[in-house]
Amino acid sequence: MPSIYVDHAATTPLSPAAFKAITAQLQELGNPSSLHTHGRATRKALEDAREAIAQQVSCLPSEVIFTASGTEANNIALKGLWWNGKAQGKKVVVISAVEHHAILDPAHWLETHEGAEVIQVPVDVHGVINLDFLKDLITKRSEEIAVISIMHSNNETGVIQPIQEVVAMAGKIPVHTDAVQSFKKVPLSYKDLGVTALTLSAHKVGGPLGIGALILRRAYEIPALLHGGGQEREIRSGTLNAPSIVAFSAAATEKYPSNEVQALRDNFIKAIHQEIPDAYVNGEASQRLPGIVNVTFPGTQSDTLLLLLDNAHVSASTGSACSAGVHEASHVLLAMGHTEATAQSSLRFSFGAASTQADVDFVMSVLPDVISTGRAANLK
Amino acid sequence: MKLIAAMSGGVDSAVAAARAVEAGHEVIGVHLALAANPQKYRSGARGCCTIEDSHDARRAADVIGIPFYIWDMAEEFHDGVVEDFLAEYSAGRTPNPCLRCNEKIKFAAVLDRARAMGYDGVVTGHYARTEIGPHGKTLHRAVDHSKDQSYVLSVLTIEQINGAIFPLGDTTKVDIRAEAERRGLAVAQKPDSHDICFVPSGDNAGWLRDRLGSEVGPIVDQDGNKIGEHKGAYTYTIGQRKGLGLTVPTADGSPRFVLKIEPVSNTVVVGAREDLAITTMRGERPVWCGPAVTSEHKRGFVQVRAHGAALPCTYFFDGTLLVATLDEPLLGLATGQAMVIYDGDRVVGSATICETQ
Repeated sequence: MPSIYVDHAATTPLSPAAFKAITAQLQELGNPSSLHTHGRATRKALEDAREAIAQQVSCLPSEVIFTASGTEANNIALKGLWWNGKAQGKKVVVISAVEHHAILDPAHWLETHEGAEVIQVPVDVHGVINLDFLKDLITKRSEEIAVISIMHSNNETGVIQPIQEVVAMAGKIPVHTDAVQSFKKVPLSYKDLGVTALTLSAHKVGGPLGIGALILRRAYEIPALLHGGGQEREIRSGTLNAPSIVAFSAAATEKYPSNEVQALRDNFIKAIHQEIPDAYVNGEASQRLPGIVNVTFPGTQSDTLLLLLDNAHVSASTGSACSAGVHEASHVLLAMGHTEATAQSSLRFSFGAASTQADVDFVMSVLPDVISTGRAANLK
Repeated sequence: MKLIAAMSGGVDSAVAAARAVEAGHEVIGVHLALAANPQKYRSGARGCCTIEDSHDARRAADVIGIPFYIWDMAEEFHDGVVEDFLAEYSAGRTPNPCLRCNEKIKFAAVLDRARAMGYDGVVTGHYARTEIGPHGKTLHRAVDHSKDQSYVLSVLTIEQINGAIFPLGDTTKVDIRAEAERRGLAVAQKPDSHDICFVPSGDNAGWLRDRLGSEVGPIVDQDGNKIGEHKGAYTYTIGQRKGLGLTVPTADGSPRFVLKIEPVSNTVVVGAREDLAITTMRGERPVWCGPAVTSEHKRGFVQVRAHGAALPCTYFFDGTLLVATLDEPLLGLATGQAMVIYDGDRVVGSATICETQ
């Protein structure tokens, strides 16, 4: 029997429209940078896609820089904005304590290799960044801060961060936000947020793997990571991946059923509270994405739960990073005040556009048994 | 049966898992992450549990077509195996960490967790056999005696043997590699692992010195005369002849051997070859792999090293210690090693050597 997929925060099924778009474009010949008829045809399709994506996040088409992943977009933004700041003697990188590794790791790399000072803004028990801390930091060290990067919403808990307030506090300091999880799930306007840079990824919204975008203010110059043909504003080189880009656009312009997904999530949470009374939802009191639920099941180990769920035909996740396949205690949950043990007893379930009440019912038909077996198998 | 195949990333455990599937069992592959900070790559035959090994294990599971997971047992391994290894060395004994790993990790922590999760047993790529006989399931040597690993499995209780499946016991290593090749397993020609997996450099003495320090102490003869100095008593083994650095020759010019390591006084005692000879050994904490050994004196074989010879002996249990008396004297036997009693090819039981004479 096929497994029920409740891991949409990891990746989503390719939407039929995206599938149609990518397969059609794969059969078209032409490098979008070529000047002849073939090239122009591909360029036309690509620029149509760029405009459509720009419209989805309320930015200018010229502000869209296509990349090969959200990770690449985050790296270009964080490192590029930091190098700009460094040229003016600013060496501080401000990130939140709950960033994805695609921000956390480049920040640490800047610290180790480039002499950056990384300051992490703590979060409260609900997973929301401490704005007083940030305000105080900006008041004291405004002139030293090269870049602030705070994610729009968290990939493990779905908790949404107050980016507009961050931008208001930041003043002239450039702000980047990783909006990979938020795109299409909640209103997301580059213009209204007022950030300098914003990261998107196609495969979280029904698009293909291997295509992302950095939205970067018009005429804003930052150093490149990849040098070559200079295709994307000299900031990103490499022949543009037209098939993936048109599929990204096809997926990004479909309607995301936020209300329906949120209703499923809420039914799921209600059922968990009923069936497994000591389980608790992380960030439940916060404003969150409609599809992500992060639950702690005290007295269990998440790797055991994942195995049992997989065996019971449910694909879920811990949401945290793996090191050699070993799940580390989530830095997000630790930052929210968890102990190593409770952080290691947590799972992420994430619903998507294709999820149904039948999925929720199926997961709930196996979850109580999985939790009690998981408790018995927790021999620590 | 529902089984968990422990997959190290090597050829043996991969073929073992494939055979278990072929035998009709419902199998899932599990790789044990035993190192807290694994290295990226294996260097030759040394070490294990690298990230590369876990990739190899995953790839083998995918080729076989079974689910695959990684279990983090680094804490259990450190507490049960690495700490024990250090404690034994600091007490002047020579431990075998593979036995401890089988005893405390593979057929304890893993088997217990497997059973709690509704699985019936653990499949490994050990070269050993089990048989069902009048006394239930018993542990036996592998057909390929040169690869036989029953010695390191001799710490398993009947309960643990009941949950252990060894699909490779009837085949030679050469044939296992050929079979892996036929099955399309990329690990077919991967080198065997040797040495101690958590000492990736292979330099045991250096590894111990880093952790236990290298306090200088005397090397004395049997009369207590100091004839040299050592850098950490635990880096010596009973029977060792080379590397003693002694400058005072014996009267007749014959070589000296390490006879004894005294951790409390940090002293290494050396003497003549014939003084290494022992005929009786006693072992503590016995484990019976079948019917319990009694005070009745029985004939059998004792093995004291992982790939050592089976020595004819008479053995019995005195109520506390397992005692074996050899037909022929043996030279250089370290305490801390396991003494494993065999009745032909069947493993009778084992104990940790605490006294020799």
